[in-house]
Amino acid sequence: MGLNRRSFFKILGVAGATLAVGKSFGAPQKKMENDIEFYGMLYDSTMCGGCQSCEIACAEAYGLPKPTDEPKIGVLRKTDENRRVVVNDYKTSKGEVYIRKQCMHCNEPACAAACLTQAMHKTLEGPVIWRGNKCMGCRYCMVSCPFDVPKFEYHSANPKIQKCDMCYDKIKGCGIPICAEICPAEAIIFGKRRDLIKEARRRIVQNPGVYVDEIYGEHEAGGTGFLYLTPTPINELGFNSAIQKSSYPELSKGFLFSVPTIFVLLPPILLGIHEATKKNQLKEGGENE
Amino acid sequence: MSNIDYPIAKDNDSKSIFKFLVSELKPRGKWITPFNVISIPIMLLGLILIVIRFWKGIGSITNLTQDVPWGLWIGFDVVTGVAFAGGAYVLTFMVYILNMNKYHSIVRITVLNGFLAYLFYAGALLLDLGRPWNVINPIIGNNFGTSSVLFLVAWHFLLYMIAQLIEFSPTIAEWLGAKRARRILSGMTVATVIFGITLSTLHQSGLGALYLMAKDKIHPLWYSEFIPIMFFISSIFAGLSMVIFEGSISQKVFSNQINEKHHRSHDDILHGLSKICSVAMFAYFFLKVIVFIHGKHWQFINTPMGYWYLVEMIGFVILPMLLFFSSYRTRNILMIKLASIITMVGIIINRLNVTVIGFRWDADIRYIPSWMELVVTLAVIFTELWIFRWVVNRMPVLRESPSWVNEEK
Repeated sequence: MGLNRRSFFKILGVAGATLAVGKSFGAPQKKMENDIEFYGMLYDSTMCGGCQSCEIACAEAYGLPKPTDEPKIGVLRKTDENRRVVVNDYKTSKGEVYIRKQCMHCNEPACAAACLTQAMHKTLEGPVIWRGNKCMGCRYCMVSCPFDVPKFEYHSANPKIQKCDMCYDKIKGCGIPICAEICPAEAIIFGKRRDLIKEARRRIVQNPGVYVDEIYGEHEAGGTGFLYLTPTPINELGFNSAIQKSSYPELSKGFLFSVPTIFVLLPPILLGIHEATKKNQLKEGGENE
Repeated sequence: MSNIDYPIAKDNDSKSIFKFLVSELKPRGKWITPFNVISIPIMLLGLILIVIRFWKGIGSITNLTQDVPWGLWIGFDVVTGVAFAGGAYVLTFMVYILNMNKYHSIVRITVLNGFLAYLFYAGALLLDLGRPWNVINPIIGNNFGTSSVLFLVAWHFLLYMIAQLIEFSPTIAEWLGAKRARRILSGMTVATVIFGITLSTLHQSGLGALYLMAKDKIHPLWYSEFIPIMFFISSIFAGLSMVIFEGSISQKVFSNQINEKHHRSHDDILHGLSKICSVAMFAYFFLKVIVFIHGKHWQFINTPMGYWYLVEMIGFVILPMLLFFSSYRTRNILMIKLASIITMVGIIINRLNVTVIGFRWDADIRYIPSWMELVVTLAVIFTELWIFRWVVNRMPVLRESPSWVNEEK
């Protein structure tokens, strides 16, 4: 069963044709790809009672220490290397409001665009996850994230990046994130992002006066997987109102696109100048050097 | 006159090359010098701190916070250090691309300076990595984060270090007496220079582009979409100021290695460089003004950060620019040296303003580097200077090439 030269080329030809044809038949497959929709979570802060069930369940699920403090007005609790989610209490024009903070799972995450090893990764399902076997600990994701989400274990010789991953392992097994599962007030629901936006709209329309007419996360930073319904404008709730509507990776796109251009154009220009000035030097009678 | 007596390895006897290397590794001259007395304790202390850092984590010796994850080691060691190393690409452009032979005598020392700067700043980068064992991931394997500016910068550092090593390698070949290797290596110079300039253009600006996504975190007076271009232009005069500064010191410290002709031409070289500096600084200043007006930043001027911005612009851009201009006309060498020092301080201030001082200027807990971060930074710089001194004292960097080089031509 030798593979001689001729049959080798035959196979090569068939393989090439298959590849070429396969590509042209690839249209339906492309549609399939478009059909994949990100999962997301909708958090209705009017339903949240600040019970910290989500914090406790999350800490248990990921082997982190249990929270020791409670949400209190005037105290800003932040996520850190020991907690992936926090609930804060704010005094607003509409009374006391609880607000959760965790990873926003952006549609076009700055952290993943920043990561030079693809350790930060936007999965097809929607969660943004961190992969320790790839990460080199440069913390560029922390510099880039507009929501200040990734947290670093500064006091470890084998430090990890800690952040919410929307319980990616559970989602893959058709489960739902632990906080959505455990929330006694059903303030967090999990589902396809498009359905969640529809549901949020429905709530806004059906309960006039309860919510502000805005879903935080629908357009922020190019759209996020985590969506908020709030009774007051978000600047009363400790959100950064400077977050832009377009995606953050967009900001460095222009620079990255100019790189190949410069790489192609600059060397020949330099070579040209070099050749041109070399002749000039000969004319002068290169006695020096 | 120029044929100074110094050892050359024989190229046909491997045993003698080995002996030669061993003898070259031995220290020369006096041990107790002011430089050694200051640098050795700091280097030893730095070494201890580095051991602690790898044992107990980055937080054990740095003051980095969750809000400010990049501190002095990135902002000064890498971002500022690389700007100072920019002299190498500017000078190689002038000498090999524009064929300005006037500057040929300082090319080798500048390239050496640049190469060591990159080597040590890339080394400092390793200290700052939390998981340095994964550092090869973006270089090999399937983990190419091609959408990352840092990916580009990392590759460019690596490639540029190789390019600079090749640019410098004829000097090493002359030191070892490897005639054939020297011929081959010096034949590669123009190609590597072109490659190196292209890489430098991209990664000098790339260091600025790293911060493009941190739009909401950097003070608006220092953030603009033009950061990459401003980093690139400022690297020209930052690098040349470093060349002027380093050249003035080398002229004194290594004066026994430099022949009469080069001693005399040095002032002329400084004049030329100061002219380039002044023009580049003008371009930089002009761009800064455009960005300021275009960004409608007037409301920030009457704030503490605004005053700081004015200090940087007036004291460390306009002032040295005018000094460079006037010293070129009056041919005042002292003023050129003064201007170069002010420029270098200004570059440190500017890079730190983008990376540390203006970064999360609104954070609850401001990041202030710990004394240990400072010691490690100093230890890195001193180690680099030690290697620099070792190389200059042994290889024909400042002194004339051995006589066989000219005989071959």
